[in-house]
Amino acid sequence: MKYFGLIWAGLFRKKLRAFLTLLALWSAFALLGLLQAVNSLFNGGADFLGANRLITQAKTSFTQPLPMRLITQIEAVPGVERVSHSQFFGGQYQEGGGFFAQFVVNPQRLYDTYPEWVISDDAKRNFVSTQDGAIVGKLLADKYGWKVGDTIPLNSQIWTKEDGSRTWEWKLVGIFDGRDSEWKKRTSLMYLNYGQFDEARNPRARGLAGVFVIRMNDANQAEKIAAAIDEKFENSSDETKTQSEQEFQLGFARQLGDIGLIVNLITTAVFLSILFLTGVSMSQSIRERIPELAVLKVLGFRDRTVMLLVLAEAFLLCFLGALSGMLSASFLTTTLPPEFPITTDSRVWVIAGICVLVLSLLIGVPPALRALRIKIVDALVGR
Amino acid sequence: MSTFTQTREIVMMNLRSIPQRLGASLVVVVGIAGVVGVLVALLSMSQGLGQTLGSTGRADRLVITRSGSNGELASFLDRASVTLIKQDPAIARGADGLPLGSGELIVITEVPRFGQKTGANVTLRGVEPAGFALRPELKIVDGRKFRQGLREIIVGQAASKQFEGLRSGAELRFRGQTWKIVGIFSTNGDAHESELWTDTETAQSAFGRSGVSSILVSLRNIDALESMKARLAEDPQLNVEIKTEYDFFSGQSSNLTFVIGILAGIVGLIMGIGAVAGALTTMYSAVSARTQEIGTLRAIGFGAMPVIASVMAEALILSLAGGLVGALIAYIAFNGYSVSTLGAGFTQVAFKFSVSPGLVFKGLVIAMFIGFIGGIFPAIRAARMPVTNALRGG
Repeated sequence: MKYFGLIWAGLFRKKLRAFLTLLALWSAFALLGLLQAVNSLFNGGADFLGANRLITQAKTSFTQPLPMRLITQIEAVPGVERVSHSQFFGGQYQEGGGFFAQFVVNPQRLYDTYPEWVISDDAKRNFVSTQDGAIVGKLLADKYGWKVGDTIPLNSQIWTKEDGSRTWEWKLVGIFDGRDSEWKKRTSLMYLNYGQFDEARNPRARGLAGVFVIRMNDANQAEKIAAAIDEKFENSSDETKTQSEQEFQLGFARQLGDIGLIVNLITTAVFLSILFLTGVSMSQSIRERIPELAVLKVLGFRDRTVMLLVLAEAFLLCFLGALSGMLSASFLTTTLPPEFPITTDSRVWVIAGICVLVLSLLIGVPPALRALRIKIVDALVGR
Repeated sequence: MSTFTQTREIVMMNLRSIPQRLGASLVVVVGIAGVVGVLVALLSMSQGLGQTLGSTGRADRLVITRSGSNGELASFLDRASVTLIKQDPAIARGADGLPLGSGELIVITEVPRFGQKTGANVTLRGVEPAGFALRPELKIVDGRKFRQGLREIIVGQAASKQFEGLRSGAELRFRGQTWKIVGIFSTNGDAHESELWTDTETAQSAFGRSGVSSILVSLRNIDALESMKARLAEDPQLNVEIKTEYDFFSGQSSNLTFVIGILAGIVGLIMGIGAVAGALTTMYSAVSARTQEIGTLRAIGFGAMPVIASVMAEALILSLAGGLVGALIAYIAFNGYSVSTLGAGFTQVAFKFSVSPGLVFKGLVIAMFIGFIGGIFPAIRAARMPVTNALRGG
């Protein structure tokens, strides 16, 4: 640490070059931060979800609602503890008022399958007993300033009422929060009571449940239970596909397709180019300073210390560039409109950290070795 | 020597010496190749997507949906409305004397991508016989059309390349029934090629639907559109919206094109900054390595302009080479590369990267621009350096 001043001085010996190299590194890491944040959508992302839930959807597509009558049959499968159903409502709040997800559910069944939501007992009871009731997550309620008792009109893109209108009014009866910080972050959704929904919708569509959410008593049996459910409905007109909740969520992101691959390709290409540029610039900077390094050795610095100084300089360079780039990227992701739900999460920072280490070794080791091997006499005369 | 001869000589000398400074020169080439390669690849993606979406739908055909629905998926028209709309006098009649109108039903199905287990959403479109007469661009490239009333499917060319098991002769299972793929169709590379098609009535009975999602019609004369709009709006039995097919599909795709545009824009901008910084660094190094040489040239009478020109020429030629290499790599790696992503209506749209000559040109322009910025400052510095300092090596 006592050499920090020396390393710093070496790094900014030529201010312009140091600045330009940092700028190149900034651009590489800003891109890394942004693109890997996009990539996070495809890998993991949903790993906070409990492993003890399965989702049963229609095999054709999850947009095909399954009929309600399947629920008792699913409940009869050994290992299934509780079943709830959930229908995507697709409602729009105000014209251009931003998008948030709403699901039509049976309140009691929801509480039983999602113990992660925290909600007061009063609100719980009111949601069960209010046919046109709705509960919203805390984040969402804060965003729109909703209070219990408000009426929230939603214009559904999918569901029409019997009279052909698309506007549904829901009475807010409670606000729920998450059990822990992970779940608190997810409270920007809304649950609607199935009662009014099924009664008022077009009679052709009545009795449809959507997808089923299954809570198992033993997560280790997941594959067996899923297979047992799907087997039950095989060759019927309502064939099902049952998968873990995590797989189901990932399925949404995977719909975006090969974007993940393209993102990785871009990141790699950018990195290789930047690696090359900084590597060359670093080695040139060392080459110019060989006489100075020789002076250090004359003053009594050991060979190893001089080598470490050069390595530390490479590391500092990469670290500063990476830090500025990643900070820009995470700032940028927070300013993106909500349609782009990407954040530079811890996974992205870890990747960036690894990149800093690898990059600083790759560009630091060759000049460091060179510094190690300097012969004082030769270097001082400039040979 | 005149300034012109001086410039020519010094530029030629400079360029001839590039091989001796191969390392430093390669830096510029590689750096710019990386930037141009990525940019061209990104742009070719959005261009390919634009071509696919933009070519979907023609201005002389009309799509009728329930009013207020933001796409075919959310729209529903019952049987009575379909019959009523098809009877409109403005609608052209086919060779069989029946109205050229095709009631089409959209259902989402899941088909796995190659090598993946999770399904991707693919549109299954039920079409009526008039649907083929209405779309002369549709060609069966393999097999035959489906027969009405049978569980038979034809598959778009793009879909058959993108998803597993969509070959002629293969079988699919939907809702407990076996469907046979009897043919592959092409529609000039538009978004319909990412779909599966079957007979409307077969789809209705299999998926328990009684109506359709939309009606595609062709008019005797497109000028009759306004009066037809008015008639449909006045009819109390109907609640529909009518748009030209082109407007309908471009309205749906504008969002996706916008997102890809943002992606390419942000990535391009950040990369561009990095590339300019990289080019500047290397050109400064190139100049500083040649300080004594430049000093000597100045001492024996070469002017400032020729020196600037020589540095600039080097920067531009190297970046041009880099641009060419980058565009070439993008072309080899990506041209015709087909991918699919989530399009309008929450289903997959497959498209191909398209590295057109226009894009390559764009890439080269960007390369030259980066080279220009990267060259001009070091060039001026080289020219301004006092001769005595330069001779001593800066």
